[in-house]
Amino acid sequence: MARQLMGLLEAIILAVLAASTPLLLAAAGELVAERAGVLNLGVEGMMIMGAACGFAGAYVAGSTLVGALCGMLAGTALAAIFALLTLGLAVNQVATGLALTILGIGLSGLIGAGFVGEKIVPAPQLHLPFLTDLPFVGRILFGQDAFVYLSLALIAAIWWFIYRTRAGLVLRAVGDNHASAHALGYPVLTIRTVAVLFGGACAGLGGAYLPLAYTPFFIPGMTAGRGWIALALVVFASWLPGRLVAGAYLFGAVTILQLHAQGAGFGIPSQLMSSLPYLATILVLVVISRARGTLRSASPASLGLVFVPDR
Amino acid sequence: MRLALEPRAERSAAIAIASPLIAIAFTLVTMAVLFAIIGKNPLAALWVYFIDPLSDAYSLQEIVVKATPLVMIALGLSLCYLANVWNIGAEGQFLIGAVAGSWLAVKTNGTGAGHWVMPAMLVLGALGGALYALIPAICRVRFGASEILTSLMLVYVADLFLDYLVRGPWRDPKGYNFPTTPDFDPVATVPILIEGSRVHAGALIALLAVAAAMLVLGRTIKGFEIKVVGSAPKAARFGGFNAGQLAILTFLVSGALAGLSGIIEVAGPVGNLRPNISPGYGFTAIIVAFLGRLNPIGILIAGLFLALTFIGGEQAQISMRIPLDLTKVFQGILLFYVLACDSLILYRLRLIPGHGKAAYGTP
Repeated sequence: MARQLMGLLEAIILAVLAASTPLLLAAAGELVAERAGVLNLGVEGMMIMGAACGFAGAYVAGSTLVGALCGMLAGTALAAIFALLTLGLAVNQVATGLALTILGIGLSGLIGAGFVGEKIVPAPQLHLPFLTDLPFVGRILFGQDAFVYLSLALIAAIWWFIYRTRAGLVLRAVGDNHASAHALGYPVLTIRTVAVLFGGACAGLGGAYLPLAYTPFFIPGMTAGRGWIALALVVFASWLPGRLVAGAYLFGAVTILQLHAQGAGFGIPSQLMSSLPYLATILVLVVISRARGTLRSASPASLGLVFVPDR
Repeated sequence: MRLALEPRAERSAAIAIASPLIAIAFTLVTMAVLFAIIGKNPLAALWVYFIDPLSDAYSLQEIVVKATPLVMIALGLSLCYLANVWNIGAEGQFLIGAVAGSWLAVKTNGTGAGHWVMPAMLVLGALGGALYALIPAICRVRFGASEILTSLMLVYVADLFLDYLVRGPWRDPKGYNFPTTPDFDPVATVPILIEGSRVHAGALIALLAVAAAMLVLGRTIKGFEIKVVGSAPKAARFGGFNAGQLAILTFLVSGALAGLSGIIEVAGPVGNLRPNISPGYGFTAIIVAFLGRLNPIGILIAGLFLALTFIGGEQAQISMRIPLDLTKVFQGILLFYVLACDSLILYRLRLIPGHGKAAYGTP
């Protein structure tokens, strides 16, 4: 009995890790863009394009790595359009982000249409002799695919960059007060462009994770709102990288637990269970936004504002 | 040499009028390139997309049918966007409006109820949409939660709720297990305007809504407040306008319009409640609102134009095997160009001679 319970717990933790990773990747990129003061609402579009192009790349080349790179490239390309409009032409960021999502969903359907129903070999999982075979913790700690480790390394790197490097300090300055940063001589728009492109690459990678590792096939619209949840996660994390990990795993857990509850069938309509992640997002946004005064928050002061440098 | 934006001293009136047209022209060129890439004759494809639907009566009627919800939803959204409130969950409010109105249609189905049913359904639909829109509005005004994210999350919830109803309690027992309610009674359907077509009374309601929006924005204090709160929040605060109240009001109105168009859609062209009642009207309406420059008459024209792309997309799929997703690509690209052209109303592009880096010193 105890062994069965442990087995179930291990399966749940493994599933939660897998479900959280795309959220963490996409949210990490968005966090950097937002710390630079740019609100890119096109995460969903960049993710689904990452999924479609990632699958296409992996299918054609027969390699997860090529797929991941294609996904990142697709996300970056969409982010470049976003940067051109919002930073180059000073267009409203909210509206442009929405346009990016609409475009991404359409384009991904177009690109992915030829690949629906095809299968690929899922991303390989780490296997260390002895360590991975340890009971319970073995597979959880030492048996993941590269994306899982990468997502955690990415968070650590972002934390180090934002808080321990001069460039990170400049990035925060640009996000908090673009006029002052500009007056000090920092190239506000260039820094923001780089941050947005980085966010696009991360969102593309997060999207690519879905067909490359989570389910080894592509379905149109398979991101199912994960890009929007990633956006909410950044708010949940109060723009702090550390809290992003907690938030992503919490949301992954909600997703997996509702799936298990559906499987167990408590007589609750499956649709109600499926809507739990979305309802949880709303609840979390309300609670976090309400407590913003008391919680330490690094909300960038210039977030979403248009900046046109004067001379 | 580099390009830079320079604020104009005054809004350019010429570009304000020309910008949607320039945007459409750019979009058509981009589409032609896309058609060529997927191996279709660009001119023939554009013809099927944009000219063919205008040349036969059936397609023209269908354009009106599809434009009806687009215009109604976009009118509500334009009020929100003018007030700088971001309701992007109109798709969810559309679905909940359809559900709320359908409740009465399902309950009275086959009971021989009188002609009060349809008007009551419309009221319920508007009410349902408005109440559903109230959730993100309150989350924003009362708790400061981003209305963008909450209103969008509620789209997924509404979709699942509708799915539950038509597969569960409201499913037609005689419907061969299809996930639909029974067909609505004649007293629960929106009357047809033109005999033998699908054009229904909803089109009139949409026109009324256009007139009402013009009146509110052009002639009333509330309309003025909405515009001031959005374009000059500080001045609005000095003027004593309550931004929170206006946010709730614009959300309520846009939710009501989306809900009303939702119930009109199911009680009109669709005929019963089922999943997939909307090909993304709530999202396309965002494009309609911007393409129409947040102006009621502009929205009417933009709604007809985007309805044309739906019809053209369907015809292109049938006759040229062009994937339906291309319509979404088209709509996304169009919105990009509209936004980019709008920027040129406020700014001009200037070529600045010399080294780009020279503008910045090294700190």
